[in-house]
Amino acid sequence: MITFEAVSKVFPGGTTAVDNLDLELPTGKITCFVGPSGCGKTTSLRMINRMIEPSSGRILVDGEPIAAKDAAELRRRMGYVIQHAGLFPHRTIVDNIATVPFLVGTGKKQARARAVELMERVGLPENLAKRYPAQLSGGQQQRVGVARALAADPPVMLMDEPFSAVDPIVRAQLQQEFLRLQSDLGKTIAFVTHDIDEAIKLGDMVAVFRQGGHIAQFGTPQELLEDPADDFVTDFVGRDRGFRSLSFDPAKDLPVRPMSSLPDGISVAVDDDGRALAWNSSAFGSRTRPLGGTFRATDTLRQATDVAISSPVGLALEIDDAGRPVGVISHAEIAEHLAAVRSAALADSGSRSASEGISP
Amino acid sequence: MIEYVSNNIELILTAFGQHIALALIPVVIGVVVALPLGYLAVRRDWLYQPIVTISGVLYSIPSLALFVVLPVIIGTKVLSPLNIIVALAIYTVALLVRSVADALRSVDRTVTQAATAMGYRPLKRLFGVDLPIALPVMLAGLRVATVSNISLVSVGAIIGVGGLGSLFTRGLQLRFAEPIIVGIVLSVLLAAVCDSLIVLAQRYFTPWVRVGART
Repeated sequence: MITFEAVSKVFPGGTTAVDNLDLELPTGKITCFVGPSGCGKTTSLRMINRMIEPSSGRILVDGEPIAAKDAAELRRRMGYVIQHAGLFPHRTIVDNIATVPFLVGTGKKQARARAVELMERVGLPENLAKRYPAQLSGGQQQRVGVARALAADPPVMLMDEPFSAVDPIVRAQLQQEFLRLQSDLGKTIAFVTHDIDEAIKLGDMVAVFRQGGHIAQFGTPQELLEDPADDFVTDFVGRDRGFRSLSFDPAKDLPVRPMSSLPDGISVAVDDDGRALAWNSSAFGSRTRPLGGTFRATDTLRQATDVAISSPVGLALEIDDAGRPVGVISHAEIAEHLAAVRSAALADSGSRSASEGISP
Repeated sequence: MIEYVSNNIELILTAFGQHIALALIPVVIGVVVALPLGYLAVRRDWLYQPIVTISGVLYSIPSLALFVVLPVIIGTKVLSPLNIIVALAIYTVALLVRSVADALRSVDRTVTQAATAMGYRPLKRLFGVDLPIALPVMLAGLRVATVSNISLVSVGAIIGVGGLGSLFTRGLQLRFAEPIIVGIVLSVLLAAVCDSLIVLAQRYFTPWVRVGART
């Protein structure tokens, strides 16, 4: 766990970058620092590995103040990934990855073997090992950056806009793989981004910073979307937040109707194995219409709603893992379900805060 | 021509040997002095401008004037080769300090900060990261300094300290072209060889520069 206790940073010019910050980054989770430029999110990140020293307050890692530790030793226990990767141009990929093991005195052979292992882990072909960074694409360099940060298996990772310099397709890919990696590794991660969508996608917790180094809101992505603390967060979270918040509601609870409930004249064409192929409707004449999309129990309300809205018959089709039709639901029914879930949640949190109110 | 060379081979080789020593010892001294000075100019930002200005002024002093004035300042004999070595070392430092400082400043800040953030201590970072990455720019400066020294040593012959320049003065006094031609050829050859050696060293020590240029 990383704890900020009343941490402030005033730069020599008199600018207050971070103002009296209290924050707790849970162990084994990704905490995103998000906010407009100049809001103190990068300064806060860089105080964790003492690249910047706080003007007042203190930071603790697992209860121990970091100010008392040797800065270089501390940094070797914290992986660091930045925009543009910041690889060493004069070292091969494998030696770049082995940087920290070399620093702490691991044998060359062992460090390089581990580096090659990590290359595979972050999706880099082994034949790149002897290349230099300039020979790699931006996305590949960023993968090397992640592998380099992981090389000494540090419990903490600090990531400063690591994916913002690559194109959107590569970024989405890197984000996906990063989440997969984290589900295996369970590092305590501080992740700076200016992109609220990235924060919501990656963060277990999100700290929204505002100008002047204050925290506007600290909570789970779902809390930010469903219950923004003020106008600043509402604006920052953006216009589609209602629709995006559906990503956090599972589709499995939807009251899906059985296939037998389909209105007369509408049916689903299936293949020999019973897998759904297309919509049939007397309104289409002799033609069938493509399914357009389906959802499964493991999907989210966002997926189900999207399918319902775009369906040619106004119904979202749920299929099982084999692709066979399970049932249907209209978007009006999804909306009713959602309203019921939300009001139940409100009543629940209302009774909870009321009971907290009377506790001593 | 061949007859001149064979009759005077010992004299020519002595002059050549002196020339190499007089030109290259100052290069070595210059590198040793310029590295810490250049590093200082980068680490203490306010020192950069004064250091670069002073080295520029030093380099603009005419060589002959420096050769003549140095004995008075450092108390050497007028004909001592030390005068040439000290004078050329000053020129080398003047040239290289700026190269070293600019080379170190050209190292990408994201790379040096990443190094610090990974747990490099300052001295280890200097030798493991900053200097290796700055090497190509520094070696470019070293090439200029070396070639310039080799040509400047010839001027020293006017105040009588040997080297290939002594072949020029001898030829002029005797109104005789051969020693002059031999002097020029050897001097150019020496410069070309030294220059090529530095280029080869650069290729060997910085293989990453060429692969980078290709992509």
